[in-house]
Formats: sequence, C-alpha cells, structure tokens
Amino acid sequence: MRRIALILVPYLWLLALFLVPFAIVLKISLSDLAMSIPPYTPQLDLAAGWEGIKAFFSQLDLENYIWLTQDELYWKAYLSSLKISLIATALTLLVGYPMAYGMARAPEEWRPMLLMLVILPFWTSFLIRVYAWMGILAKEGVLNQFLMWLGVVSEPLVILNTNIAVYIGIVYTYLPFMILPIYASLDRMDNSLLEAAEDLGCSRFSAFWLITAPLSKQGVIAGCFLVFIPVIGEFVIPSLLGGSKTLMIGKVLWDEFFSNRDWPVASAVAVVLLLILIIPIILFQRNEQKQREAEG
Amino acid sequence: MKKTLLTLTAGVALSAMAASAEEVRVYNWSDYIDEDLLSKFEEETGIKLIYDVFDSNDVLETKMLAGKSGYDVVVPSGTFLQRQISAGAFQKLDKSKLTNAGNMWDVIEARTNKYDPDNAYSINYMWGTTGLGVNTGQVADILGEDAPINSLALIFDPANAEKLQACGIHMLDAADEMIPAALAYLGLNPDSHDVKDIAKAEEVLTAISPYVQKFHSSEYINGLANGDICVALGWSGDVLQARDRAWEAENGVELAYNAPVEGAMMWFDQMAIPVDAPNPDAAHKFLNFIMDAENMAAASNYVYYANGNKASQPMLEEDVIGDPAIYPDEATLENLYTTTPYPPKTQRTVTRTWTKIKSGT
Repeated sequence: MRRIALILVPYLWLLALFLVPFAIVLKISLSDLAMSIPPYTPQLDLAAGWEGIKAFFSQLDLENYIWLTQDELYWKAYLSSLKISLIATALTLLVGYPMAYGMARAPEEWRPMLLMLVILPFWTSFLIRVYAWMGILAKEGVLNQFLMWLGVVSEPLVILNTNIAVYIGIVYTYLPFMILPIYASLDRMDNSLLEAAEDLGCSRFSAFWLITAPLSKQGVIAGCFLVFIPVIGEFVIPSLLGGSKTLMIGKVLWDEFFSNRDWPVASAVAVVLLLILIIPIILFQRNEQKQREAEG
Repeated sequence: MKKTLLTLTAGVALSAMAASAEEVRVYNWSDYIDEDLLSKFEEETGIKLIYDVFDSNDVLETKMLAGKSGYDVVVPSGTFLQRQISAGAFQKLDKSKLTNAGNMWDVIEARTNKYDPDNAYSINYMWGTTGLGVNTGQVADILGEDAPINSLALIFDPANAEKLQACGIHMLDAADEMIPAALAYLGLNPDSHDVKDIAKAEEVLTAISPYVQKFHSSEYINGLANGDICVALGWSGDVLQARDRAWEAENGVELAYNAPVEGAMMWFDQMAIPVDAPNPDAAHKFLNFIMDAENMAAASNYVYYANGNKASQPMLEEDVIGDPAIYPDEATLENLYTTTPYPPKTQRTVTRTWTKIKSGT
C-alpha cells in the first residue's frame, strides 16, 4: 500500500502540473476566437450533459494549426529561436566550462565559497538582473563610458537592443545552470587517473582531452539541455535586451495572446513549441538515466 | 469529504470577502498619477489602496477578457473600452454614488460618448494626443535648424529617419496608434479599416523601420530625458514628463512636444469597474475621489496630461492649462482625430502587419 502511494505521488504531480494544463491549452488551441470572457468558443457546458459534451467536441477543429502553416512568420520564429538557443548554449558552455573546471581544481576549502558565488545571483530577482544589464549596455551606459574612458572606442557602441545584448543576457542568466552540472561531474572525477596519465608520459593538455573531457561529458550534456530547453521559449530577455529584429517564438506567442487577443492561435503556437521541445527533453531524460545507471 | 471541501470553500470565500471590505485594487497606466493622491485616498476613506501599473492596453484587455482580474478599477483607452464593454467586461456605474459627477467636462464627455454611450460604464481620467517628442538640440545638429519637428515627415520620410537613427528613434509599440499615424501622413483617413489602406501604411512604416531603435511604449520617457534617443512618436504627457525630468536633472537636454500638422490621434483613458470587481463600492469611492476637482488638478499638474474635469481647470498650473501641447487651442483641436476598434479579422491583419514592420518577417 505504501509503495503504491509512493509511486502515485510523482504521477499525480505530473498529472496536476503538466498533463492537466496541457489538456486545457490543447483544448483552447482547437477552439475559435470570440469576443467574450474568456475570449474563445465553445465553452464546455457540463450542465447540458452528454449532448453538451458532444456538441462541444463537434465544434473543435484544427483550423488554428492550419493557420500556423500558412504564414511564414511562425516557422521562421521557431527556426530563429532554435538558432539563438543553439548559439547561446554553445557560448554558455564556452564560458561555463572553464569556470566549472577552475572550481573543481581549486583547493578543497575554497570550493563551498566558489559554489556560493555561482548561486549568489539567484538571490536577486531575475527581472532586476536583466534590467541591470540595460543600464550597463545602454548607449550612455556603464560599459560604454568605461570603454570611452579607456579610449578603446571613440563613439559609444550600440549593444542594447541587438542580438548581441540578447546573447549576453542569456549567457549571464543561464550560466549557473551550465556550471553546476559540469562542476558536479568534475568534482566526482578520480584525480589519480590524471596522475597515472602523467606518469605514463601524457602531456597535461592531452590528459585533459583523453580523461577529463570524456569524464565530464555527462555534466556538459546535462548543462547544455538545462540551458537550451528554457532558452527556446525565452521571452523576458529578448523583449528587454533585444531589438525589434530579434525574432523569437516567445515574442510571437505574446503578440498572439495580447495584441490579437487570439487565445486559440496562441495556444496552438504553444502546443507546437512543446512538440518541438519534446525531442530534446526526451534526450535529456535518457542522458540522466544513463548517468544514473553508470553510477548505479 | 465533500462536506469538508464545502466548508473549506465557504471559509475561503468568507475570508476573501472580509479582506475586500477594506481594500480597493486599482490598475492604471505607469507614470500616470501623483502618488501623494494614493495616500490621501487611504487617509480620507480608510480603505487600503493597492495600486498596480501597466503600459499597454493589450495587457489590460487580456486580463479583462480572462476574467477575475481581481481589480476594482481599471483604465482602458477609448477603443479598447468599447470592445471590452461589448464583451461584457464592465459593470454600469452607479451614478448616485458619484457625487462629484457635476465636475466633469461636457466637451470631453461628448467625445467619449462615442466609445461608451451615455458614459454609462466609465468616467474620463485623462486624455491626450499622440505626437512627436523631439530633442531639439540633437535634431537641429543633424537636420539643421529648419528640421520639420512638427510634421510626421520628421520620421516617416526615410531620408530624415536614416539621418536621425544616429541619435535614436523610438516609436510606440501600439499598432492601433502607429498605423493611423502613417495613414494621416499619407493624407488618408486615419480611422480606415480598409486592408488596402493598411497596406499603404505598412509601406511607409516598413521603409523607416530599419532606422527605429525600438518599438516600446514606456522606455522613451527615460530615453528622451537622458538624451539616449532624440525622437519619439509617443504620448503627449509622457514627452512632457521627460522634458520635466531632463529639466530637473539639468543635463542640457531640451525637449519639445508637437501634435503633427498632418493630424494627431486624440485618445481618452477611461476609468471603469470590472463586472467581477471584488469591491465595487470602494471602486465607486475611488472614482468619486478622482472626480474631485482638487485631486484631478493635482494629478494633471503632476503628469502633464489634460483631464476631463472642468472644475479642476482653475486649479491647474499655468504650464499645464496654458500649454497648447496639453490643452490644445481651437485650431489644433480641429486637427485631432479619433479611431474606432478594428473588427477581429482586420485586427489580425493589423497585428500581423505590425509584426512584419517591426521584425521584417
């Protein structure tokens, strides 16, 4: 009995926090736009009994999904989000790996402190941290004033409201999600392997590529997914730091929902986004499982 | 089990009612009130005021259409109000509770009548125009002293926009205001719902879009005040607030606001009570407080927008009532236009066009 209850808990969790909301979004995506509260039709009328349910289902259709294929905006936005997400993930890895490596190689007594420093930014609201970047990157911002003072540039650089600012924002925000899993895998690594490699005449550089890199692979993969998956649907960073040319699906979804007040199409966009994300999510799950088995 | 659940819901409902007895939740535009008025209301009525802000009608409308927003007073603009009334989002005002109704200005009520027949659902809070905020010094440096700062050609002519991109152009991220502006520039009916006309407006806006630094509906206040941008197509009072902030900061930024000669949109922000407001009684008290001449004058003196309160006019400061950018003279008033809501299909075309203009896709 207790066993069943224990197994049931995660499934109830999944049901309540994923499947039920998804079913609602799916249902809205099959509805039609209407000027009412809430702004779509048909509404499920349970009072009408079986007839009401039948009438409800007969009014649902795939019209909104067909609409998504008819306008190039949508697939372009999905592609652009994928591209931004891929590049941002690669950049975060480039910045995050050396940091995680440095932390894992630091003296034992420093490590809790360094770990703390990585987590520290979470104590401030995400929104405030992104806003702070607006102050740093603006034309009259801190960065430009510093560069002008150094004499590196004579004219202020235009960074804010470009894709560069979006990448900076993403790398900054998601860096801890990359560092922590890589650090965890490096921290677990058996250092005697490196000593053995050096004893056998391996240079430090090739020892890194032959031993450290493969052993931290799981951490790298986990970190990349933890960055890649949420960045695809990112809305706050591109809308605050990006310019009008920054095309991301999160922004398109916002427009459908708020400007068109078209909840059905907005829901269809969200469902397709989820379908796109399912592949990386499954790969991520599989990677986690493999890791657990390897440790098991 | 069922019984416990019932008691539980009843308990929650009761506590919600108890809480709502001394609370009123107001959802207004950002940078749109003298905040001293908020504490004054609390002192006078003993009602706790929770004041939240937004910067786009779209966000407000989505909350209204989702229902159960939890707000007692909201402030949609004319066309949005009209659409939300038709969706059944608001309750009729109980005029017997609005003892200050006699203060209102009939000239404005006659105009808002178009969106809200008999002003049954709303009172006018403020009104203004959409026009050009210009950093006169920077623009003169680039385009010369005779730059057309009172004409939409200043940014809608690509030759000008290209030069001005160096000092920065912002436009409102509001399709329902920018497309009418482009139509006015072309000499067409700004309130046209014809997709062919909208396509012509698109051409104008697409040509200058590469030179626009950002489409945003509130950042330009700080942008203009700090000298980060030199031109904004935005709301009158916001530009004047920026002018005031620059003046206070003594940073040498000189700003001017002009309603374009081609015509400027006149808009009305209306206070209304959602149909499911938790505390409509307190909402009426808030409305009546706002309709008080002295309070309304304080708000206008602070935010540099004209209001729909005739009795407040003697209490307005000279740089508000005397400024034709805020209280336009007869000639300008004639040059102002109003718009009506787009039907849903046209709205989709308009939003799609707007996305295309902004992102190039």
